[in-house]
Amino acid sequence: MSTVATNVAARLEAVISAAHVNGDPEFCAKFSVDGVVPSAVAKPASPAEVVEIVRFAKSEKLALIPCGRGTKLGMGMPPARYDIALNMTGLNQIAYYDPGDLTLSVDAGMSLTELSDALAQQKQFAPLAVPFFEECTVGGTIASNIGSSLRPGYGSARDFLLGAEFVNGAGTFTKSGGRVVKNVTGYDLHKLLIGSLGTLGAITRLNFRTFPLPEGHGHVMSTFSSVDSVARFQAMVAKSPLTPSSFDILGPEAAHAIAAGFRKDRDAALPSWFTHGAWHACVGFEGAEPILRRYPSELVHYAQQCGASSYHLLGESDQKSLRVGLTELIKLLSRGGPTATMFKINTVPGFSADVSMLDALAARFSIPCCIFANSSGPLYCALQPGDLNDKTIGSLAHIASGVFEYAAAHNGSASILFCPTSLKRVVNIWGPARNDAALMRRVKSAFDPENVFAPGRFVAGI
Amino acid sequence: MHVDCKGDASLTIVGKEVTYLLAENTARKPLHREVIRGLQNIVGASMVLHRPEDLLLYEYDGSVEKGRPGAVVFPTTTLEVSQVVRLAAQHDVPVIGRGAGTGLSGGALARTGGIMIVFARMHRILELDLENQRAVVQPGVVNYELTRAVEPAGLYFAPDPSSQKSCTIGGNVAENAGGPHTLAYGVTSNHVTALELVLPDGEICRVGSRHGDSVGYDLAGLVVGSEGTLALVTEITVKLLRKPESVKTLLAIFDRVDDASETVAEITARAITPAACEMLDGWTLRAVEDFIHAGFPLDSAAVLLIELEGMAEAVAAQVAAVEEVCGAHHGREVRVAGDEQERELLWKGRKNAFGALGRIATSNYVLDGVIPRSKIPQALRRIREIGERYNFKVGNIFHAGDGNLHPIVLFDARDAGQYERAIEASAEIIRYCVEIGGALTGEHGVGMEKSELMPLLFSDDDFDLMRRIHDAFNPRSALNPGKIFPLNKGCGEITPRAQAGVRAVPL
Repeated sequence: MSTVATNVAARLEAVISAAHVNGDPEFCAKFSVDGVVPSAVAKPASPAEVVEIVRFAKSEKLALIPCGRGTKLGMGMPPARYDIALNMTGLNQIAYYDPGDLTLSVDAGMSLTELSDALAQQKQFAPLAVPFFEECTVGGTIASNIGSSLRPGYGSARDFLLGAEFVNGAGTFTKSGGRVVKNVTGYDLHKLLIGSLGTLGAITRLNFRTFPLPEGHGHVMSTFSSVDSVARFQAMVAKSPLTPSSFDILGPEAAHAIAAGFRKDRDAALPSWFTHGAWHACVGFEGAEPILRRYPSELVHYAQQCGASSYHLLGESDQKSLRVGLTELIKLLSRGGPTATMFKINTVPGFSADVSMLDALAARFSIPCCIFANSSGPLYCALQPGDLNDKTIGSLAHIASGVFEYAAAHNGSASILFCPTSLKRVVNIWGPARNDAALMRRVKSAFDPENVFAPGRFVAGI
Repeated sequence: MHVDCKGDASLTIVGKEVTYLLAENTARKPLHREVIRGLQNIVGASMVLHRPEDLLLYEYDGSVEKGRPGAVVFPTTTLEVSQVVRLAAQHDVPVIGRGAGTGLSGGALARTGGIMIVFARMHRILELDLENQRAVVQPGVVNYELTRAVEPAGLYFAPDPSSQKSCTIGGNVAENAGGPHTLAYGVTSNHVTALELVLPDGEICRVGSRHGDSVGYDLAGLVVGSEGTLALVTEITVKLLRKPESVKTLLAIFDRVDDASETVAEITARAITPAACEMLDGWTLRAVEDFIHAGFPLDSAAVLLIELEGMAEAVAAQVAAVEEVCGAHHGREVRVAGDEQERELLWKGRKNAFGALGRIATSNYVLDGVIPRSKIPQALRRIREIGERYNFKVGNIFHAGDGNLHPIVLFDARDAGQYERAIEASAEIIRYCVEIGGALTGEHGVGMEKSELMPLLFSDDDFDLMRRIHDAFNPRSALNPGKIFPLNKGCGEITPRAQAGVRAVPL
């Protein structure tokens, strides 16, 4: 154990309960971010302890990274400094739940599965169908703003987060918003926390709107020979009276990755909904019996008009596996090897144009693209160019600059959700600085004047 | 509790203006001639108002707060706005943005004088992207005009405050405006994806993206609802929604207020999710009926106006479910609007209700508290009890489905004692809303009206952070000074400002 490490852990122990501090290097290594290992892990048991830790870090000029279960610590740029991992999983209770009001207040460190079990007892849920679902926390889900496949039906966190409590970089406990579903009292600071990757403060509690579990649900999978047909299908459904709860579009590779997950072993057959080389559109819908009867016939009608080559109304067990497959696709691809890289692209109108751009870019380096999208969310493109070496990093860097240039030219934005740390040394994963970079830095300084929280991980050098 | 010690409130009483209780403090230092000339150079002489008689109109908004600007300018471009802001900065004069002036909390008033930028001439719809359900508009576009422009394509702009036929989208953005249908579709911030801003130093900056998802902090989400205290908004990208396949409007009639409020609580608890769920109590609906003839039954204790939207099958099931809940809570009758005309009449009754009240009450004070929906029955009982204790009639007409209460305290402003007690009763109601887990304002904004109540919800540390965010954008309080943050902090007492008068207050 290095002296610095001993020091930080030992000094922390003077600030909060010693049982909540761990300076063991092997343990600390589990909290490493892009290879940077913290000197101590603090696991506060109360917001008051979080305040103490932040004040300690501030006065000692140490850097903190808040985290939940650490499943998405690979997101963002490598930290400029990183001394203490702030493990928030000690704050893990439901503080308040009023099923009759469909509102909830939950500690940031509670796991999503525990939360969803508690809500399910009241036949409710939080529409956070996110990757790493089985192993992540509510706070990490919000701080990373990782995509939910239920977004077409329920919106994103910005639409159902009602308020938050957090400890900011000045070491004070603060709140924003409230617990009621409609509220314009004060600045909506909690919206800034969404996707802030721990750079503004440590979230201690989040208030959400909850939603009733639907009576029933169904999924129709259609396949198309070209990206243009699937885009046409998407546009046609958008103009119809139908209001699907999810709409996932899968390129041939992404569809194969999910289909392969259905197999018990390598030789087993792929599910019947899967067509090699085709674009797949999976439309999810919810409601009572008459609604569930209406969707399949209309969806099939639209799919036919767009030249679909097949369509399948999925059975109960297929639906379940498919939902998990769709939700966890990002996780699956993030573990696709040492060069696994994923772009997240937001443009309007998007889809078809994004795909041709990506195909053209990746083809130059003979790297297959694994593309998928959520109809109202971003488009994702995963690349796995083989071994980790200068050549592959060079290719990825070229692709990245092409993607960033394209997004900027199309009124949109792009970033890299995950990639090898060595790529981050040559590419800013957030893309080139935008017009609002100066404002972002000012917002960061307002929350965190001494730069205690996750320095260097965010956009514009924040 | 006392009336604002700063003393710049006044009340308008039928036909004549009476300065009530407090000294007028709206005569500000006039702007230097050089500033006026500078403004004229930027936007043209005819687009600058600076004579006191021309400025009179701009010292009011939909509240009865007052604040007279030193000059009013009508720019047509972002560049002109930026130039005006730069000029103001050079002369250390505050700048206040304003749309149609329909706000209900004094948000668009020049509390400390200065230059008021009225966006009336920046009223162009810059782009309609129907395919992707987006519109890019200037801030002066009237809310309903956008819906009218996209209606032929089956689309609409969802936020629908009752002032939607006159209020501007820029004002909606500043206040994060709501409306009856926010129950299902959310408030303005849920529909804004990008903004063009002019910062207090004149810099032009874009935040957010047309798509909605962007890289970095959600600055568009922060600016919406910041009441013009962070930046001036010169261009707005909004989402457009597709009109639902089926709409059913129901009028549920009750003989007891408790039954109506229990019905709302159960509709929420059973997650029937109407698109709108409005409540009018008996006293209010009689006042409305007398004026609008919407068909509200005069002998009832309360009615619920419930709208269900969506796919035909879902709406049919929801209508049946609502009827069942109403029956279980002793609803006397549930009427379903037979056609579009009947539907419009019912909504006319709701949206013009405050105009109706203006006909019969000397003065009224409209509150905007929000509470958990499960607590509506107890809250209405408490409001009635507070009204009785202070000997005031308190009407209720509000967005029940959101838990957004609008109790209206009716009093006679000519009686000084009554005025003070009305303010006290109102503060007690708001304090109760906060006590049971609610908030000060659901959609009207804090503005000048509720800034002194903010400490009920926020700690000194909360204010410090909000102040630092304010200063990150607006370090010298050059934009819309004197709003949101309490001025009298440390003064010891909480001093709500009256929103009283007989003018129609749209909700």
